[in-house]
Amino acid sequence: MYVAVKGGEKAIDNAHSWLAEERRGDVAVPDLTVDQIREQMALAVHRVMAEGSLYDPDLAALAIKQARGDLIEAIFLIRAYRTTLPRLGHSRPIETDDMACDRRISATFKDLPGGQVLGPTFDYTHRLLDFKLAAEGEALADTAPIAPVDQAPMPRVTEFLNRDGLIQTEQASDATPPDMTRAPMAYPAGRPLRLQALSRGDEGFLLGMAYSSQRGYARNHPFVGELRIGKVPVSMEIPELGFDIEIGEITVTECETVNQFAGSKTEPAQFTRGYGLVFGQTERKAISMALVDRALRWQELGEDNVGAPAQDEEFVISHSDNIQATGFLEHIKLPHYVDFQSELELVRRMRLAAGADEVKEAAE
Amino acid sequence: MQAVHSPSDAERKTWLSLLAKADAAQLADCVAHFNDTAFDWLRQPEIGSVMVRGRAGGTGAAFNLGELTITRCALRLTGSEAVGYGHVQGRDKTHARNAALVDALMQTAHADDVMAHVLTPLQRTQDAKAKARAEKAAATKVEFFTMVRGED
Repeated sequence: MYVAVKGGEKAIDNAHSWLAEERRGDVAVPDLTVDQIREQMALAVHRVMAEGSLYDPDLAALAIKQARGDLIEAIFLIRAYRTTLPRLGHSRPIETDDMACDRRISATFKDLPGGQVLGPTFDYTHRLLDFKLAAEGEALADTAPIAPVDQAPMPRVTEFLNRDGLIQTEQASDATPPDMTRAPMAYPAGRPLRLQALSRGDEGFLLGMAYSSQRGYARNHPFVGELRIGKVPVSMEIPELGFDIEIGEITVTECETVNQFAGSKTEPAQFTRGYGLVFGQTERKAISMALVDRALRWQELGEDNVGAPAQDEEFVISHSDNIQATGFLEHIKLPHYVDFQSELELVRRMRLAAGADEVKEAAE
Repeated sequence: MQAVHSPSDAERKTWLSLLAKADAAQLADCVAHFNDTAFDWLRQPEIGSVMVRGRAGGTGAAFNLGELTITRCALRLTGSEAVGYGHVQGRDKTHARNAALVDALMQTAHADDVMAHVLTPLQRTQDAKAKARAEKAAATKVEFFTMVRGED
């Protein structure tokens, strides 16, 4: 148990002053601007938005600067700021069918309608350090090549599989979903609440969980049916106007997996699906989310619980939040003097009692 | 200045959506021409969040994805019926004020002027940005070939 302590104000003030100085680093090196972080550390910004659960690239960049690049600390700052904002409403569910795709790939169909678009990807790079980037006065790289835009639609892979009934249908519903920022979590949480928690969950934790499911702990054999990254408009009804308008535009990553069948005596075999949707260009996270979502659906899909961690909803959801985890983990470094004192006395008393017994035994 | 032009919901939706996503600096430049327009606040600019929803599997049940910052305000042109609303992405109060001002002016005799000096240039910029990204994406479109293995 943590017991409040007093004192140390001067030391704390001085520690924070030093922190500010260390954050700035060598003053001979130019100060990093928030704009530079937003533009050039974009994927860090995207992670902070996703796990901070607040889409605002400027704020995320500021948080990264303030946190000296510690992304979990930056996410903490965003979560704290988020709680100060009045909630002005909720959007219509975003239509990812209408996404302006920077990237759209499928691992299941080679020649899918609309084509495969690689986008600005690290895939197929050689992962060799590029020392040109370290050179002073980096010359502007050649601008990216362009090609005429094909207006062909990019239908959802799962939808054209569904035309033949080969994949399980998602039942559309506009029922108000539960919101973990408004009500305490309760289990079983159900899929809408799980998806909210997974979307803001820690990337590393979800990656580990997803990987465990691939390695045999809740084996569900996923294919990436489709992965898309791009911009979607966000629409909301404005009560004063009485109609919907677009209030903004966000970049999201969506991953749909196609997984092994469920079937029974009454129903023919069918592919099943897992879903990942995350703010920003956050591909590793979205794929992880889809795998974990699928593993958590075992009950709904009539599968066996093999006791794998990735199948345990309460285990996954209650340990996926890095701010909650950090809070509990790091509090143990704060003063626990009274607590420890009582344990110290207990162990001394136990040793004393044991010593007395030994003396007694020796005497007998 | 009387409200002479009553736009349809669809027209208004189009420009409000454009203004919400517009570059705040470009909007400010375009609106400078109308900056001496007198108005009274009905609601001062206010920063808040909107919970963005998604759908399970892209087409299924709605779920809460995360929040988005927006700024909103409402104003009425002095001596007019025209009420303008601004709902814009981000935390820029001037952006919201400019959006609301444009919305109000579009209901007055200045509508054509505002269309020409503000909305048309903003739309052009937005289209150009979208086209530039789409063209780069198009250049990364691939054809995968499955290779036939050596043995028969």
